[in-house]
Amino acid sequence: MTMVYDDLGDEATRDVPLRRIKFTINGAKKVAEVEPRLLLAHLIRHGLRLTGTHTGCDTTNCGACTVLVDGSAVKSCTMLAVQADGHDIETVEGLATASELHPLQEGFREEHGLQCGFCTPGMMMAAKALLDANPDPTEEEVRWALSGNLCRCTGYQNIVKSVLWAAQKLRSQAAE
Amino acid sequence: MYPSRFRYEAPHSLDEAIGMLRDGGDYAKVLAGGQSLVPLMKLRFAAPELVVDINNVPGLAYHRADPDGTLRIGALTRHADLERSELLRTTQPTMAAAAPLIADPIVRNRGTLVGSLCHADPQGDWASVVLSLGGSVVAQSPRGKRTIPMSGFVTGPFENVLDPDEIAVEAVIPPARGQRAGGYLKLERRVGDFATVGVAVAVEISDGSVVTRAGIGLTGVGGSTIVATEAAAVLTGKPLTPESIGRAADLAAAAARPRTDHRGSAEYKRHMVKTFVERILAGSNRSYDNEAERAA
Repeated sequence: MTMVYDDLGDEATRDVPLRRIKFTINGAKKVAEVEPRLLLAHLIRHGLRLTGTHTGCDTTNCGACTVLVDGSAVKSCTMLAVQADGHDIETVEGLATASELHPLQEGFREEHGLQCGFCTPGMMMAAKALLDANPDPTEEEVRWALSGNLCRCTGYQNIVKSVLWAAQKLRSQAAE
Repeated sequence: MYPSRFRYEAPHSLDEAIGMLRDGGDYAKVLAGGQSLVPLMKLRFAAPELVVDINNVPGLAYHRADPDGTLRIGALTRHADLERSELLRTTQPTMAAAAPLIADPIVRNRGTLVGSLCHADPQGDWASVVLSLGGSVVAQSPRGKRTIPMSGFVTGPFENVLDPDEIAVEAVIPPARGQRAGGYLKLERRVGDFATVGVAVAVEISDGSVVTRAGIGLTGVGGSTIVATEAAAVLTGKPLTPESIGRAADLAAAAARPRTDHRGSAEYKRHMVKTFVERILAGSNRSYDNEAERAA
């Protein structure tokens, strides 16, 4: 993929080879040629045009860019795209199927878990990592798991309710 | 934001990684969890010409106790591994208390303890913890391995004694003489913020309920991590008593060199050091008594 960067004058002399990486994103196998300094968030948003992953603070604080790497929640603004080589990435676009929303997405709708929506993809991916590991979390465990994700609208109440709603739904689906 | 340009290597062995560092000289950086290095590179505070990513090096993601009780933590052991560790929960109260307070849950999935020690941020939590436990860092280079006590590892803010071709491969916590007690308390404005005040206390208590060793480390209340040597010294050689705890708390507060800033006044921070030392030691005393009762 081609990225255009600002010419800051300090790095024109450095010529670094592109690296070819292979990875899986939302189940699809991909190959990309990336500059080592490309961040995973940029590969996802600009290279793959999956703009559901948001970049908020860009300083490892807000968690809006959270994706799953091999099932583990990661702030994609703080991981190099080259480090995705050989790994499995899930973004918010991987949650819904063609016909159905993921229970987390349903939960955010049912419990009014979003207002502006900017933090929502990161919240959902962090919540997915939690529910994959712990299908029946307490409210406290949900709050703890989401404590690396900032929301400036909701006050978190409804986000927590949404995740608990989804947990309930996923458990009842699993029981069927 | 994005980093300035760099060459990237992802070796599959430690020898290979060390060779790359040797050839990269002063302009190479080791990438493990990347939760401090990548932000620094994005802000252009760090602009290495070569990044050696050690995530593909096998055999560095472990934490285990030797038969004598020595705890070893590999360079790719994530904070989250330590947060979930049964070994830490049952044998290392200070570390077990600190692990869930590092950064935030998502950062903990990638960040590493050894990387945090190397990063040498004066606000880092693990340095205080490892100092309170008398731990060290094992470094490997073409000249072999050496063990560097944590007390001599950091030379200044964001500076350590590693040579350009050395990799910190392991953190080591020496075995306890007696039963361990202690904890880590951190005051922060919100999850993920740097500590306003962090206090690590590690004590080892013999069968006769005498404190055989004590260590106290302070985070966020000085230009570097502070070891409160005098405070720890008043605890050793006798049982924990309200008097010894109070004296240690006063001395720890006196050892702090806090500055007034947006996180709080110097006076407030100093007071919190005292409070935290008291709280941890009072809790240590209780948990020791409970253990002793169960054993009786």
